[in-house]
Amino acid sequence: MTSFGTLLDRLIDDTLETSLCHFAPELALSGTIVALLLLRLFGEIDRWIPPYVTTLVGALVALGLCGTQLLDLLNGSQEAGEFFTGLLVFDHFGAFVRGLLALFLVLVVALTVLTGIPDREDGPDFYSLMLGSTIGMMIMASANHMLMFFVGIEMASVPGYVMVGFLKGNRKSSEAAFKYVVYGAGAAGVMLYGVSLLTGLLGTASLPELAARLTIVLGHSGGVGSAESLTALLAVLMVMVGLAFKLSLVPFHFWCPDVFEGASAEVAAFLSVASKGAAFALLVRFCMSLIGTDPGANPEFLTGIGLGLGVIAAVTVTFGNLAAYSQTNVKRLLAYSTIAHAGFMLMAVSALVVVLANGAAVPGFDVPEAARMCVEGLLFYLFVYLFMNLGAFAVVALLRNQTFSEDIESFNGVGWQSPALCICMAVCVFSLVGLPPLGGFWGKLVIFMSLFNIGEVHWFMWVLLVVGGLNTVFSLFYYIRILKAMFMREPAEGARPVEVPSAISNYALLIALPVLLLGLFPTWTTSLAHGVATWLIP
Amino acid sequence: MDLIFLSVLIFMPTAGALVLAVLFNSKAVEPMRVFTVVVTAITFLMTLQLWMNFDPGVSGIQPEANGVSVEWIGTWNIHYRLGYDGISLPLVVLTSFISMLAALASWSINKLHKGYFVLFLLLETGMLGVFLALDFFLFYVFWEVMLLPMYFLIGVWGGPRREYAAIKFFLYTLAGSVLMLIAMLMFYFGSGGEFSILKLSAIGQGRVPGVQFDEFTQITAFILLFIGFAIKVPCFPFHTWLPDAHVEAPTPISMILAGVLLKMGGYGILRIAFPICPVGAQYGAYCLVAIGVISIIYGAFAALAQTDFKRMVAYSSVSHMGYVILGMAVWAVAQDGNIVVTSGRDYWLMGMNGAMFQMIAHGISSAGMFFMVGVIYDRVHHRDLNQFGGLFALMPLYSGLAAGIFFAGLGLPGLCGFIGEVFVVLSTWNFSPVLAIVAASGVILTAGYILWTLQRVYLGAEYKGPHADEITPMNAREATIGVTLLFMAIVLGVYPALMFDVMNGSMAELVDGMDAGLRAAQQSGASITMTPTP
Repeated sequence: MTSFGTLLDRLIDDTLETSLCHFAPELALSGTIVALLLLRLFGEIDRWIPPYVTTLVGALVALGLCGTQLLDLLNGSQEAGEFFTGLLVFDHFGAFVRGLLALFLVLVVALTVLTGIPDREDGPDFYSLMLGSTIGMMIMASANHMLMFFVGIEMASVPGYVMVGFLKGNRKSSEAAFKYVVYGAGAAGVMLYGVSLLTGLLGTASLPELAARLTIVLGHSGGVGSAESLTALLAVLMVMVGLAFKLSLVPFHFWCPDVFEGASAEVAAFLSVASKGAAFALLVRFCMSLIGTDPGANPEFLTGIGLGLGVIAAVTVTFGNLAAYSQTNVKRLLAYSTIAHAGFMLMAVSALVVVLANGAAVPGFDVPEAARMCVEGLLFYLFVYLFMNLGAFAVVALLRNQTFSEDIESFNGVGWQSPALCICMAVCVFSLVGLPPLGGFWGKLVIFMSLFNIGEVHWFMWVLLVVGGLNTVFSLFYYIRILKAMFMREPAEGARPVEVPSAISNYALLIALPVLLLGLFPTWTTSLAHGVATWLIP
Repeated sequence: MDLIFLSVLIFMPTAGALVLAVLFNSKAVEPMRVFTVVVTAITFLMTLQLWMNFDPGVSGIQPEANGVSVEWIGTWNIHYRLGYDGISLPLVVLTSFISMLAALASWSINKLHKGYFVLFLLLETGMLGVFLALDFFLFYVFWEVMLLPMYFLIGVWGGPRREYAAIKFFLYTLAGSVLMLIAMLMFYFGSGGEFSILKLSAIGQGRVPGVQFDEFTQITAFILLFIGFAIKVPCFPFHTWLPDAHVEAPTPISMILAGVLLKMGGYGILRIAFPICPVGAQYGAYCLVAIGVISIIYGAFAALAQTDFKRMVAYSSVSHMGYVILGMAVWAVAQDGNIVVTSGRDYWLMGMNGAMFQMIAHGISSAGMFFMVGVIYDRVHHRDLNQFGGLFALMPLYSGLAAGIFFAGLGLPGLCGFIGEVFVVLSTWNFSPVLAIVAASGVILTAGYILWTLQRVYLGAEYKGPHADEITPMNAREATIGVTLLFMAIVLGVYPALMFDVMNGSMAELVDGMDAGLRAAQQSGASITMTPTP
């Protein structure tokens, strides 16, 4: 009985002293949700304090907490480690991604204030959903256990379904939400099956233990080709399906254009950036857990997974870019661009897995450094992507409020009517293409550098590099259509001139400026990303 | 100090663009035009200052041997490194000179003036940056930066098919720069993390103990780089963007496109592809010479077939830039014991000098030709060669200047076009007599299309085309541009040493360095086979 008591005491101590501290940003967001709902309940208060103020305060607090945690980790005043009895992990990588998510939340909420979606009445509902989804994504970023893996994904997705359908009375919006739910549920089911297979086969659901168990299972069963190894492969594949759905990778991308078209641009931006960021964090965690601390243990198994990811990346990039050509709706176009960018980022993960699995076989090859560069590229890409994609969606949302349309044609001639906004769009678009001196260029460059370097380990990475290069050229063609409409076409007969208030232009400038600054002075962010990568791959 | 001066020089137009964007009222058209001309003129004076301070006795980079630099991105060893030598200095001066004249020619722009002048000035920054950058990465950044304003300048202010022409230009160049990027990564990882063009050249030429680019790297990188730069030159078969872009671009932008942008391709080959990959250059020498000759002949024939005045001039650019590729590539080799070495180094040097001179000469003559087309187009609003005629009687000064400029393009002795062509063709004889004969026969075709054009446009009894009543003599501004260009064409034609004195030292160093690089590569195991030269 005493032993149970000590256990309980320890658990309470652990929870109160460590876990809850590490979980502070999520707690802040949860508190905000409660506050939002309570403020509405008690009559007049939310007249005086609009819901977005509460949300912004909560998001800023979360951002501050994430920032502090990251700084503490970097200067060593907090130790990385597992918490909540090993369900979640507190480390540099997680802190970085959670900070990113919190930052994005702040910016998106600011955007919704400017665009007026949601209105005052719906505010608390909408913001609670968005906050809840963000908490789910933060859990994804720090998952250390297959259970949290699944819980995080679901928690991020379910509010997302509702947000997509938030434009009540809009048929497209309802259709989009329905599609999203059906696809999401299917993918979640497959993934859950994969999770249970993997857990059953390996006898553990804890991510850090997967690799060692996998080595034992594969070792006992006679290696690749045996029933166990095929089961493991199937399980991994099924888990990947769930992630591929979140990342909108081909062939699990079908929901993406429809959902983006039906949802409001603000929600589309949220799904396009935050959801991708969290899913990539989770994918990296999952891959790292399969690789484990002894990278050379299961080279064939891992190479198969790495190359599989590479093939999917190549197909995704190419398909996304090709399908974007014929779009006339800007949000659909940006949806395909999102798909293509997910492909670019997946290339980094593919290279990461391949180099860790096989790099040791190449004499004189600095494996950890090459692997770190992949993670560095991915994180930097995510960081820039946050600004450039949000900027693009924001301009679409802001112009939609003026022109009441999201067709490319409705942008005709807008460039000369509100130049500041459209120059921001140009900056974001050229950054999405990957032209220097804008941030998107460095993201692509670091990933290309990794691919080129890791080509020495496996030639397929050079193929990926060529595919990536070609796609950069392709992508220009459809991105430029937005700018062509803005600057080179005459506005339609009788169209009302678009005059955007300066507060709104300033918001766009606020988003576009970091894109330019990250392009001119990437050092600070790359070294931060490198530091995070160094912790992940010691 | 030098770093600050060069940076101010590069970013002077950007500063002008910012001032223009923020302080000027978009209705005040005339002040904006004058302001742009003043900014470009100040930039031109600053480049002249560089010319005055240039020491022709130093063959390497000036003002300091390794360029002046400050660290930009330490993690990847990227520097903001600037400098100039006899290869880049003439092009820097040409850039600011043509930009100034193009700004002066920009009175014909009749819409969205503010945007035009802002982009125009940004374009000048990009061009100067390309010629002054000595870090491959910085070079690449400026190279891309220049694309964006160019795209909008063609796409917004161009002719009827401007959108098509602009995106074609953009896609071609971007494809080229992706190839360049891959070559850059090859060098970066092959050299253990180096982006400095000077260091990379030293490694490529075997002057750095312990590091070397092997034969495969050099050949692959050379092919990638050459395609990237050849698109810009443009030489056959990568030239198809050029007629469209030229025809649709507004006159001042055509002047810049022909006068400066095409030279970037040639400059890139001389500054990056050749010195870093001597083995690749020798490997591809025959192919390059052939491409040069084909461009000359093909461009000339295509020019003959055009009925659009501007398109004719555009194809003449393809033909004339063929001489540039030809002159650079005439690197003949001979067997010397076990290894292959340069034979007729002085001929090759002559070809290189000729190519370089041809770039400057073409910069002046083609900008002049496009300007002349623009002057008449502003008046009669068409460019159909068959509907001109009789302009000599109506616009005597214009016709006289135009005749002079077109003769410069033709390569009449005493004008700038002659020197470059003759140097190149003479040196080609050493490489391959057959190709020299073919290249020389291009001169006849050139004479054919230029004289025929002069006849159709300026001679004849009277003008029968549309808008005959709007034909007025040149105004003082137009005459200034025309006279200045013709004056430069005559000066360079009569006194070519003005250029040769500046460029010869650097060219000789490049030629000797590449020869040494070829030897070094063979001593460390590369097997170079002699290219058969008929």
